[in-house]
Amino acid sequence: MEAQAIFDALKGKFGDAVVELQSEGFSPAFVVVAPAAVKEIARFLKDDPALSFDSLMCLSGVDYKEKFAVAYHLHSMKHRHAIGVKAFLPRENPSLPTVDDVWPAANFHEREAFDLFGIAFEGSKDLRRILLPEDWEGHPLRKDYKYPDFYHGIKV
Amino acid sequence: MVGNADLFVNWARKSSLWYLLFATACCGIELMQAGASRYDMDRFGAVFRATPRQSDLMLVAGTITHKMADRVKRLYEQMPEPKYVIAMGSCANTGGPFYKDSYCVVKGVDLLIPVDVYIPGCPPRPEALIDGIMKLQKIIMQKKNFGAKA
Repeated sequence: MEAQAIFDALKGKFGDAVVELQSEGFSPAFVVVAPAAVKEIARFLKDDPALSFDSLMCLSGVDYKEKFAVAYHLHSMKHRHAIGVKAFLPRENPSLPTVDDVWPAANFHEREAFDLFGIAFEGSKDLRRILLPEDWEGHPLRKDYKYPDFYHGIKV
Repeated sequence: MVGNADLFVNWARKSSLWYLLFATACCGIELMQAGASRYDMDRFGAVFRATPRQSDLMLVAGTITHKMADRVKRLYEQMPEPKYVIAMGSCANTGGPFYKDSYCVVKGVDLLIPVDVYIPGCPPRPEALIDGIMKLQKIIMQKKNFGAKA
């Protein structure tokens, strides 16, 4: 399916929760969705036989300075088509529902986004830091992150 | 007489530098290569050990992050005396390419443990590593183990 057809299918099913289609300069194109509806949309994208996005290729956090985004790259082994899904989040307390019960692989990616951007994934089965030490303070890939001077007495 | 005893002990130590299998980045690939048949560090008595309890030499091969720093210190403390450390490659020497603008890399393993020999390179070739081991052997041969302590 082409990106426009996938977008139309989502728009018909979820209405206002599906905001826009970003196809200029993106490959695959991105469907921008409301953060609260991410889980239902993910479930539909995976389970609908015409879409059947069975593979979550990548889940990444993005810092746009005034807001955050979480981008999902999806691929269907069955139909050999791909789409991106993007949800914009506010700067203060960014959070959205987890998709780790739709694609189990999402868990590690969500932990990485949580670790480096501080984006909370509600309902996650295991949301801990994955790369940095447990007692690290702050989220280093945020644009406004200030480096600590010392960590455990060692100069950073 | 004491000089001869020193000579013997130092010769024994420098000829059996068993190093800890401890590779954290791409320098580890060069380390494996140096230990394998083509460069064959075994010629100098250097063979790898999989446990710090049997090791004399810690070859810090690769980037050390702050998360790894505690483990490096613990491994070093688990090694029996006498023990030596070689910092292999730019990352272990100074943090290397991560020196500026990295929140997670330790800027040189000498901030954690005492280092005997530094080997530059990113990563160093096996010849450079073997040269570092031979430099360490020269350092060991100069040690005074007996006689009056200052």
